[in-house]
Amino acid sequence: MDVTSPVREVLVTGNKTYHDVSHDICRHVEAKPNPKWMGAMAISLGALFVGGYALAITLWDGIGMWGLNKTVGWAWDITNFVWWVGIGHAGTLISAVLLLFRQKWRTSINRAAEAMTIFAVICALLFPLIHTGRPWLSFYWFVPIPNTWGSLWVNFHSPLLWDFFAISTYFTVSLVFWYIGLIPDFATIRDRATNKISKAIYGALSFGWDGAAKTWQRYETVSLVLAGLATPLVLSVHTIVSFDFATSVIPGWHTTIFPPYFVAGAIFSGFAMVLTLMLVTRKVYKLEDYITINHIELMNIIIMITGSIVGVAYITELFMAWYSGVQYEQYAFLNRATGPYWWAYWSMMTCNVISPQLFWFKKIRTNLYATFALSIVVNIGMWFERFVIIVTSLHRDYLPSSWAMFSPTIYDMGIYLFSFGLFFTLFFSFAKFFPVINMAEVKSVLKTSSGEIVNKK
Amino acid sequence: MMESGKKFIVGIFDDESILLSAVKKIRGNDVKIDECYTPYPVHGLDEELGYKRSRISIAAFIFGLIGTSLAFLMMIYMMGIDWPMIIGGKDHIAIPSFIPVAFEVTVLLAALGMVATFFIISNLKPYGKPKTYDIRSTDDKHVMAIDLAKNSKNTQELSTLLMESGASEVNEKNF
Repeated sequence: MDVTSPVREVLVTGNKTYHDVSHDICRHVEAKPNPKWMGAMAISLGALFVGGYALAITLWDGIGMWGLNKTVGWAWDITNFVWWVGIGHAGTLISAVLLLFRQKWRTSINRAAEAMTIFAVICALLFPLIHTGRPWLSFYWFVPIPNTWGSLWVNFHSPLLWDFFAISTYFTVSLVFWYIGLIPDFATIRDRATNKISKAIYGALSFGWDGAAKTWQRYETVSLVLAGLATPLVLSVHTIVSFDFATSVIPGWHTTIFPPYFVAGAIFSGFAMVLTLMLVTRKVYKLEDYITINHIELMNIIIMITGSIVGVAYITELFMAWYSGVQYEQYAFLNRATGPYWWAYWSMMTCNVISPQLFWFKKIRTNLYATFALSIVVNIGMWFERFVIIVTSLHRDYLPSSWAMFSPTIYDMGIYLFSFGLFFTLFFSFAKFFPVINMAEVKSVLKTSSGEIVNKK
Repeated sequence: MMESGKKFIVGIFDDESILLSAVKKIRGNDVKIDECYTPYPVHGLDEELGYKRSRISIAAFIFGLIGTSLAFLMMIYMMGIDWPMIIGGKDHIAIPSFIPVAFEVTVLLAALGMVATFFIISNLKPYGKPKTYDIRSTDDKHVMAIDLAKNSKNTQELSTLLMESGASEVNEKNF
């Protein structure tokens, strides 16, 4: 029997030549910053400075400036930390897992997604560091050196320490992976550069890359092995983050479902953030031929699937709380849904479980406005998920006399704003000075999947 | 360009498929190709040029093994030998709780070690000097460099062979 698989939709539209690819991407690096970009940068720098004030006060006066109390010892700090780490999952997933599965559509989105990952992880690292109160001492608490230079070491039995190792490894490996991919593109910019300064800067950044066949062969092996290493790594990071909660004895945290549930949630929120940023970048930089509706639809499908996994996890948690017969566990979940924080719980349910189901409709998942709106809704939902897990589990513990409520102070909010300022300052700098699309990889799939070639057949 | 260096005959190709067939033809004529330079990885080019499979993945594996061993040795020494403490009633040397850190250190060392190896053997470093035979080789042209001294054919014969193999232009360059 003769079977012909249907021709896939082209990855790059608009009959691009190789030179067009170089030109379309490099021109944004070469052009002078435009007013729109400067405006956006000014807003993020503003957020950075306003938030920086809250951060400075917190460092000066201590974390007593936050809304924490004796009962709720973790709130916005760890919520923001887990939220940012979760967002930082999509980039490496796109570049590593999709590389191993030979998903060629990753080529035009991996660069920006990886950049977003790295910046999100930087924002995430900020929070555990600040919540120690005296970050300048945290070197002694996390790094395996004799504590206070005696012989007391860090505690390797503690999930908090595993977390430090997981996130710093993840950050380093993602950064290296991202940079390896950038080297050939920096070489392209270097060879196109007309002024001395950019020639010198991109010359240094490109490490003397010349595109020799032998180097490309090694480059491909290195990418594949890095992808193989990064795949279990990306799954391990949020698994270990979930251990921070799951290995404790707090009702609502002490559940074995946490690792897979956190990983699915991380991919879910990460792809949503990729879409939020991509839709804007694509529009502003006129990259519609590279990031097509097809790409957006595929990402929406991933959001729909991971969103459904998250939904199943929420319901499983409820079932297990009832089925366990443990009254503390049952109360923790009853309190989440009907207690004083019911609004957070139902915001989470609506945003994470119901809204991604809209992507079953092809009309919605191929609509740019709907995608943009839903990508933001998803990340609001994922923030509430972490808030619900952390605050509602803590605020009513075993002893009713110590039950308390949490409300954030202006400093909690200010540091969250600071992390946004930091994230967008980094992202806008990236979008201006770095090639936002991996030119070399797009060129390598151009021949088999561009409109030009397919049309010729 | 200085005249003292080695002389290269440089063929410029517009398309990867022309390059691949040209490499085959030129090597078939007993001509030694110094190196090809392409704007993106061309699949099958390494085989056509007769390059062996890169052994860099073996380096990664060895670095990974070193990472695993170092991580376990470190944790066993710190938690079990140098300053044993009872934490949560666990054994001093509790292998299950050492696994997450051992995994992370394995991945970290494998990745960093492999990338460092790649940079060193490929001579990639900040301010490294690229061998630019033609500036368009990082944009849209494929470049083939033939070292004149290493071949018995003369400039004229090599140029003709390159043109016959599909090169769009042939230049000379000294390095």
